[in-house]
Amino acid sequence: MTADVLFWLFAALVCGGALGVVVTQNIVRMAFWLILSLGSVSALFFLLGADFLGAAQLLIYVGGTVVLLVFGVMLTASGPYMQIKTSAADGLLGACVGGLLFLVLVSSISGMDWSQLHTTNTTPSVIAERPEGNTLRPLGLAFLGLRPDRPVTEGSEVKPAPGYLLPFEIVSVHLLVVLVGAAYLARAKRRANPSNDSLSA
Amino acid sequence: MESVGLNAYLFVGAVLFVCGIVCMAIKRNGIGVLMGVELVLNSANLNFVAFARYTPLGLDGQVIALFVIVLAAAEAAVALAIALNFYNNHLTIDVDRGSELQG
Repeated sequence: MTADVLFWLFAALVCGGALGVVVTQNIVRMAFWLILSLGSVSALFFLLGADFLGAAQLLIYVGGTVVLLVFGVMLTASGPYMQIKTSAADGLLGACVGGLLFLVLVSSISGMDWSQLHTTNTTPSVIAERPEGNTLRPLGLAFLGLRPDRPVTEGSEVKPAPGYLLPFEIVSVHLLVVLVGAAYLARAKRRANPSNDSLSA
Repeated sequence: MESVGLNAYLFVGAVLFVCGIVCMAIKRNGIGVLMGVELVLNSANLNFVAFARYTPLGLDGQVIALFVIVLAAAEAAVALAIALNFYNNHLTIDVDRGSELQG
């Protein structure tokens, strides 16, 4: 019962924050609404039993990505009250298209019978344990390439399924390369000034 | 707990997705467009975790959601570097002024 109340509370915060990001014109207030929305998403992760993922969402998104965005806002503001307005026609068109897209999504979600997923394509030995919190150790083992929670039967022997070691390595190298590239792109340009060079030489 | 099912989480994800798409479409501020991208990625994450909880997808959904979080951080870093370069060249962040960035 408490979980229901918490779900509806945080779902309302998520939707309200997202609508606030769309509606408001001030870029700093957009960042505030984004923090509210992303923090509530992490609360929904906790409610879904994904405790490590909720903590990672708080640390990386709210603590890292949004701070990065706020720095971008500060570095690109051309005035103290910079506002680049969306024209009313664009807003109206966007609202119409968004409403239609939302109707399509809601009708397709409602029309699908998700309970079929529980029965098809799963033999009893393959059904994974539902994550019910305390997911730190299974997640770490999955990233190291071990899946003790999802055994695979080959013939007569039961082996653990392969994990995510290779994608983990690829993503870590990708993150390193991307951050080096971002630092290269955003570095302060050294102006080529021949008169200065001749003076110093 | 069971009264809030998979569909409720999917509806929340749909609201986030639509808000992100509309934000990407109508904002003229480049940073605002990036915020829309973050909203869309978060809606995908919410759907992954909801499926991990309520279907036999299991822990795989959470692993994929972690990958999405890391890639979103990388995307934000590169996009902000590009936005800073754009601002240095044009003295504005208005994406409508980017029409001269051809070739």
